[in-house]
Amino acid sequence: MAEKFDAIVVGAGPAGNAAAYTMAKAGLSVLQLERGETPGTKNVQGAILYADALERIIPDFRDDAPLERHVIEQRMWVLDEKSFIGTNYRSDAFNSDQPNRYTILRAPFDKWFSGKVKAAGGLVICETTVTDLIQEGKKVIGVRTDREGGDIYADVVILADGVNSLLAKKAGFHGELEAKNVALAVKEIHFLPEEVVQSRFNIKGNEGVVIEIAGAVTHGMVGTAFLYTNKESITLGIGCLLSDFKKAGIAPYTLLEELKAHPAIAPLIEGGEMKEYAAHLIPEGGYKAVPTLYGEGWMIAGDSAGLVNAVHREGSNLAMTSGRLAAETVIALKEMKLPCTAPHLARYKAALDDSFVMKDLRKYKELPDILHGNPHFFSVYPQLLNRAAHTMLMVDGQDKHSKEKTIRGSFVEQRSLWGLVGDAYRMWRATR
Amino acid sequence: MIKIEEKLFQNRYRVDEGRPHIQISDPQVCADDCKTQSCTFACPAACYAKDEGGGVVLTTDGCLECGTCRVICSEYHNVDWSYPRGGHGILFKFG
Repeated sequence: MAEKFDAIVVGAGPAGNAAAYTMAKAGLSVLQLERGETPGTKNVQGAILYADALERIIPDFRDDAPLERHVIEQRMWVLDEKSFIGTNYRSDAFNSDQPNRYTILRAPFDKWFSGKVKAAGGLVICETTVTDLIQEGKKVIGVRTDREGGDIYADVVILADGVNSLLAKKAGFHGELEAKNVALAVKEIHFLPEEVVQSRFNIKGNEGVVIEIAGAVTHGMVGTAFLYTNKESITLGIGCLLSDFKKAGIAPYTLLEELKAHPAIAPLIEGGEMKEYAAHLIPEGGYKAVPTLYGEGWMIAGDSAGLVNAVHREGSNLAMTSGRLAAETVIALKEMKLPCTAPHLARYKAALDDSFVMKDLRKYKELPDILHGNPHFFSVYPQLLNRAAHTMLMVDGQDKHSKEKTIRGSFVEQRSLWGLVGDAYRMWRATR
Repeated sequence: MIKIEEKLFQNRYRVDEGRPHIQISDPQVCADDCKTQSCTFACPAACYAKDEGGGVVLTTDGCLECGTCRVICSEYHNVDWSYPRGGHGILFKFG
């Protein structure tokens, strides 16, 4: 007789770990399956950790979680070929006892989180790829793994197997990812002595800086780049919609090399030793691309459910929250001695709808379509802004009134007056 | 010229010798039908290369398991993609 668990969780990323930990802590018998050598070895993220989502799961995570730096300064840069124009927000208030955001490295972080799952009584088995869901009619009753005799059964299966979400696709729970709904990001990590990181970014102790970047580096493709400070390293990367890569015919590592060579970036990473190169797909289709989130005996969470807020570069917090809410749904049903049928698991969807996860996705539901139809937000405007700054800052004998006229003229010439008004309206409508 | 091999050299892999986790379903489709061969430039690990006969050859050793080739081959669905056996493939040190 095969062993049967209260719940099986597929994947040990933020969604899977949040789900497995929450259920194990509540006393449920939980099996978590991970295909990596250890949890984290298959997982890629920028990475920023948003404290709030984790605090609701492990309130004292700061005591022993492997955190790199707490973010005290956010820079937003819009790049032209040789220049950038940007804004900074830096506050000493972020130096509180309980900072809101941290940079992390996912391999050690996920391993730590998984340790918490084990300590709470969850059974975590690594180096095991789940190949199929076992179904009895429509109902998911277990999983098949690539280990011999690898069929395992449970009352409910939580799919947290990441963006490619092969299991749900194979089972017909949702369709194939579309290239326009997914961004391809590549990144590198460069190691530098701690004091070099501190002096280059004007920070002390474990303070950290993040830079979000848009403009010329994406060649007009819909996308952004980023640079994050870790304790003794810098992570930098760039991502654009896969449909745009396909159209442009550009290799992602070419963009990364150009980013590294940009005069605004190169001095920040100079002398660093590159120790890893990674790539990852990010589901950016938003609200309209979110698939069915539950069915008979299954729920889906995190990236595999497309729960990413691309506008605010948030994903892992949506993943952890969805994993927690899926787990709480199972716990509540167990307490009421109700089976994990689709009508009962609908509570999971209701809880997500009621949380920031779906509220935020709904707020920006039109944005992906608008960005697809208006690529000049990523090409024309960065150039115009940089040239406007350049014109105003060049002291060359031309009077300021004429300079303003030149700048206004350049905007109208590039986009026309109605184009400018239309762009402003579209952005307002998509983000209000 | 960027040497992608130098980037991949920094990574840790446990290659499942003789058991590639991705295969081109019908190589003839790449050679005869596919005009764009997007996989040959979009794959971030440059696993796909154009061959002399106008087709595409796949070497999965440096694969980062991102899924790009699977999603980008939308006209022909000619990429048979699965995850490597448990414990094999890319093993990120930092992620």
